[in-house]
Amino acid sequence: MMITAELKNVTKAFGNKIALDNINLQIHGGEILALLGPNGSGKTTILKILAFIENPTGGEVKFQGETVSFKNTEKTRMQSTLVFQKTILFDTSVFNNIVYGLKIRKVPKNVRDEEVKNALKLVKLEGFEKRSARKLSSGEQQRVAIARALVLKTKLLLLDEPTANLDPKNASILEEVIATVNREMKTTIVMATHNMFQAKTLPHRITLMSDGRITEVGTPTEIFGKLSKNLASFAAVDNTFPGTAKATAVGTAIVDIGNGVQIEVTGQIQGATSIFVNPQDIILSKSAVASSARNVFEGRIIEILDLGSLVKLKVDIGKPFTVQITKRSFNEMSLNVDSRVFLVFKASSVQTV
Amino acid sequence: MPTAIQKWLSRALPLEETILVDILGGIVKALQLIFSGDPTLYGIVFRSLFFSGIAVILATLWGTPIAMLLALRDFRGKTIVKTFFNSLIGIPTVVLGLILYLVFSKGGPLGFLELLYTPGAIILGEAVLVTPILISIATTAIEAVDPEIMNLAKTLGASESQASMAVLKEAVNGVLLSNIASFNRAIAELGVALLVGGNIAGLTDVLTTAISRYTQRGDVGFAIALGIILMIIVFLINTVIITAREAKMLFTLGRSPQ
Repeated sequence: MMITAELKNVTKAFGNKIALDNINLQIHGGEILALLGPNGSGKTTILKILAFIENPTGGEVKFQGETVSFKNTEKTRMQSTLVFQKTILFDTSVFNNIVYGLKIRKVPKNVRDEEVKNALKLVKLEGFEKRSARKLSSGEQQRVAIARALVLKTKLLLLDEPTANLDPKNASILEEVIATVNREMKTTIVMATHNMFQAKTLPHRITLMSDGRITEVGTPTEIFGKLSKNLASFAAVDNTFPGTAKATAVGTAIVDIGNGVQIEVTGQIQGATSIFVNPQDIILSKSAVASSARNVFEGRIIEILDLGSLVKLKVDIGKPFTVQITKRSFNEMSLNVDSRVFLVFKASSVQTV
Repeated sequence: MPTAIQKWLSRALPLEETILVDILGGIVKALQLIFSGDPTLYGIVFRSLFFSGIAVILATLWGTPIAMLLALRDFRGKTIVKTFFNSLIGIPTVVLGLILYLVFSKGGPLGFLELLYTPGAIILGEAVLVTPILISIATTAIEAVDPEIMNLAKTLGASESQASMAVLKEAVNGVLLSNIASFNRAIAELGVALLVGGNIAGLTDVLTTAISRYTQRGDVGFAIALGIILMIIVFLINTVIITAREAKMLFTLGRSPQ
């Protein structure tokens, strides 16, 4: 297995702040590696170092087996490109944005034109060549930025939260592009994300990060199969709460997560634990339902996030829980902030650590 | 002119000779000169535009790299350099004219170039005059570019210099504006052109210096004609600047005193 890039004992400090603390990481050729962690955990810094636009304060970076000299990163920059979290486009046409890197690499004109066309097709923006890049919607802009990186066919493709600000439709287009590029062009991809669900489906391996350190590395099955302690303390994950469990006489346990919220879970556990409920497993109801579900809570909607075909709601039942429902259901139920609702979910839907 | 007014004038202006100024006649003559395409007149206009134009080009050539340095690099004494250029923006043109006169004159350090009283002196002089304002505006324009553009260009494979060019391209509107503002200052100035050019008819006289000569000579018609044309030029320039400001392309532009 080829190692495309490697970070050895890499540290990065910005003045007094330590952004990366003794990072050791290998990027395997042809894989999709996800960096999963909350904001500020060091994901962007690692990506910038792998893109060779930021030099570590200490440690060694190897690219394709050779140690990289930080004084001259021009050559390695040609082999590794980063798509920023906040989309940045040159103040010109879509075509000129995408062709920029090709011009730098002195690619002949007819090849350039063809490559730009193909890249636009890949991100489903055919015919957008002459449009003014900064006048596009944010989803389209992000796709232009990705096309601009893809067209370079670098050995290493780095993506910083590529779908963070996109609605589900654009997000899934992009996720498909990422999967296709990796599958067909064997591009090695490292992507930062704080979206746990994306991390479950897209990458081959996941690196958990927290406070500038790597806490765990493994396949999605290893990391998510059994909810690890590190993942549970991952503040950016919705519906994760620490609590105290008390085993019941009937083979279940009640976990007190504070503010009077008691979650019933399957399995006899006792003591300190963390629970997690997938927003998609929670049923939202306007009235109290008599059902087989063990967990029914009354609460108030405190936040509504419209994501196009889906709606994410934050409901305060003593603790804030995130629920995901379809737009259609949302409209039919005529909900708004402060609406009184009920959350319903089975004990078996709750994962514990 | 009625004798009563003449009497009042000679009492109000106790000079040896009171030059009678025929304003209306002057305006008529001015319009005649302008529309007849009088060669002397338009020679002066052309020289003004040409000298100031080349001066701005020169200032751009040596000023833009300095602006890029000030905007993109950090170095010790950067604030001092910036303050230096900013404070020179409003230098009285006649003071700079004096300095340059001393530099270009026979005993001066650049006397061997024999530039004094030649078009070259005016061009060089005005280039020096407008350099501070060009640098000031261009630096602000480049600083306003998103700092991540530099990283973006680099991650797409650009070298340091190529990345700097990408930043410059993003600032092109502001840089163009710095050129326009510089041209405004150059074409409207008197002190430099007068002292190092000598106001030699047909060779080094420009709009401002010619207005001065014709007014003193009493040739009001010519002076008014030149004045009208100069105002039109300045008006056009300011229209461009104001339109650009409306289109949010302009940053604060300090007014330069004469």
